[in-house]
Amino acid sequence: MITVDLAQKTVRELNQSLHTENNIETHREWRVENTKGGHNIAVGLDADIKVDIHGHAGYFCAGMNKTAKITVHGNAGQGVAENMMSGVVRVKGDASQAAGATAHGGLLVIEGNAGARCGISMKGVDIVVKGDVGHMSCFMGQSGSLVVCGDAGEALGDSLYEVHIYVKGKVKSLGADCIKKDMRDEHVKELQALLDSAGIEEDVTAFTRYGSARELYTFKVDNASAY
Amino acid sequence: MSQENNENLRESATFDRTTMAEIRRAADTGIYDIRGFGAKRKLPHFDDLLFLGASVSRYPLEGYRETCNTRVTLGSRFAKKPIIIDTPVTIAGMSFGALSANAKEALGRGATIAGTSTTTGDGGMTPEERGQSSKLVYQYLPSRYGMNPDDLRKADAIEIVLGQGAKPGGGGMLLGQKITDRVAQMRNLPKGIDQRSACRHPDWTGPDDLAIKIQEIREITDWQVPIYIKVGATRTYYDVKLAVKAGADVIVVDGMQGGTAATQEVFIEHVGIPTLAAIPQAVQALQEMGMHRKVQLIVSGGIRNGADVAKCMALGADAVAIGTAALVALGCNDPKWDDDFKKIGSAAGFYDDYQEGKDPAGISTQDPDLMKRLDPVAAGNRLANYLRVLTLEAQTLARACGKNDLRNLEPEDLVALTVESAAMARVPLAGTNWVPGQGF
Repeated sequence: MITVDLAQKTVRELNQSLHTENNIETHREWRVENTKGGHNIAVGLDADIKVDIHGHAGYFCAGMNKTAKITVHGNAGQGVAENMMSGVVRVKGDASQAAGATAHGGLLVIEGNAGARCGISMKGVDIVVKGDVGHMSCFMGQSGSLVVCGDAGEALGDSLYEVHIYVKGKVKSLGADCIKKDMRDEHVKELQALLDSAGIEEDVTAFTRYGSARELYTFKVDNASAY
Repeated sequence: MSQENNENLRESATFDRTTMAEIRRAADTGIYDIRGFGAKRKLPHFDDLLFLGASVSRYPLEGYRETCNTRVTLGSRFAKKPIIIDTPVTIAGMSFGALSANAKEALGRGATIAGTSTTTGDGGMTPEERGQSSKLVYQYLPSRYGMNPDDLRKADAIEIVLGQGAKPGGGGMLLGQKITDRVAQMRNLPKGIDQRSACRHPDWTGPDDLAIKIQEIREITDWQVPIYIKVGATRTYYDVKLAVKAGADVIVVDGMQGGTAATQEVFIEHVGIPTLAAIPQAVQALQEMGMHRKVQLIVSGGIRNGADVAKCMALGADAVAIGTAALVALGCNDPKWDDDFKKIGSAAGFYDDYQEGKDPAGISTQDPDLMKRLDPVAAGNRLANYLRVLTLEAQTLARACGKNDLRNLEPEDLVALTVESAAMARVPLAGTNWVPGQGF
């Protein structure tokens, strides 16, 4: 295991090391210390490596991740795992707003709460949040799944496309074109698989599924009040 | 006697026929007009400026003997690999989806022949475009359609789009009829549904966040390539200062004459400021920060000929970008398709319903049969020819002003024909020393 102490090295040096082929072929496990909320830690990774970040991370931690398994042993700032393509990003604490924004694939697990706009414009990622999510979560979500084991804030799933949303707790309000849907067998199985992948034990029968009513898919003047 | 020849009939300047037609259209449909192209209203523009050629007080350069440099380096502030372009005329961002794959390929081919860059758009990077573009700028847009780190690393520069001149503050909508299987797949959305492009980025707000976002992209690309910031021209002075402070290598300012694939007519005609008015604001901001020529300025919006290019450079730009003009060079609105334009209720030279996907010229369409009408090789050669002409014309004017580099042109080489253009461009009214707003 390679240990990078950010009290001694810069984020630039860390990321360059994580992008350098010789380094990541030789060393599959990395430990990052003394993060002190630094921004852009472990961004743009493209290798089957394991990175453990000890401390809080600032903006865009694990941004555009591919393949790597990144764990933040603390809280994560805005845009954690933004535009992730694959791999697993796990936040042991809370995540700020726009967690998993526009992410195309992979799994994002937040063991605490997530702030506003969690999963905004998500494009295929699976997000599992053990706690609550803030307002406007999954705004314009395109595809993938969002699982919320706690409560969801206002305007959940506003202008939703095809994301599957599962919420165990209360939903303060649904956004435009987001509706409650039946939990069929395939959804129970999907939810169970997501929870299993995230390593979170929950009763899947306690969840409610939400999805798009698909009424705003094509611009119609009759829907003007919804825009 | 026809109405047009009846001298007793007087058309209202306020309620002219175009205005009344729009009122009738609105009353018929109940929905605002959506179209492509850029502002069609008359605006103060580069035609309102003239060059002061050399005479006794200045001496000119020989047109066919003395060189006039057109090569420009973009992105030298932080990037390890800045872009070097042979002509300061670049191709602006236009999306695959709004444009056909053949059109995107043709833009890449033409730009490459001319030694300049082309730019992706909303929807991501296509292999045709990357393959044919020796210098490709990858747009980082609010929708993040097709955004991925592999393409980010394939790019020669990255342009973070905060707005465009046709619709500063607005997003976009690609209507369902243009969403083919391929377009849908690239954007992770079902085929045939309208695709909204957001008006602001999903994971940051404000200039302080922008600085962190720029740093993230630099980290992902290991500080190799330049990062541009593109803004629609509105509060240009402040926007440029904030973008420079956030760490941009290059600023792109798009005036309100800049084109779009589709937005509301009311947006195109009523939001933003003319390109002419935006350039001096941008240059002032750069100069006050000591960053003029260190952070390069690219200007777009209504550039049509070498005179426009030279005037932009004289006002302080390092390069320009063309969109609408490049499409016209490919064949957009070509009179040879006039019969087909008429069948869809338009006419060659007037067609602007790019969003409908029925372009007879095969450019703003995803219809397989219409797309075949555009030969990407021939169209690319046409664009290359046009870019050569722009460059030669700009050089002609620069030499006449005694300049051996397009970037040596300066505001002192210009005068204005109208009070409005003099005030906006901050150059004297022709025949006077008067710059409106700056006293006598």
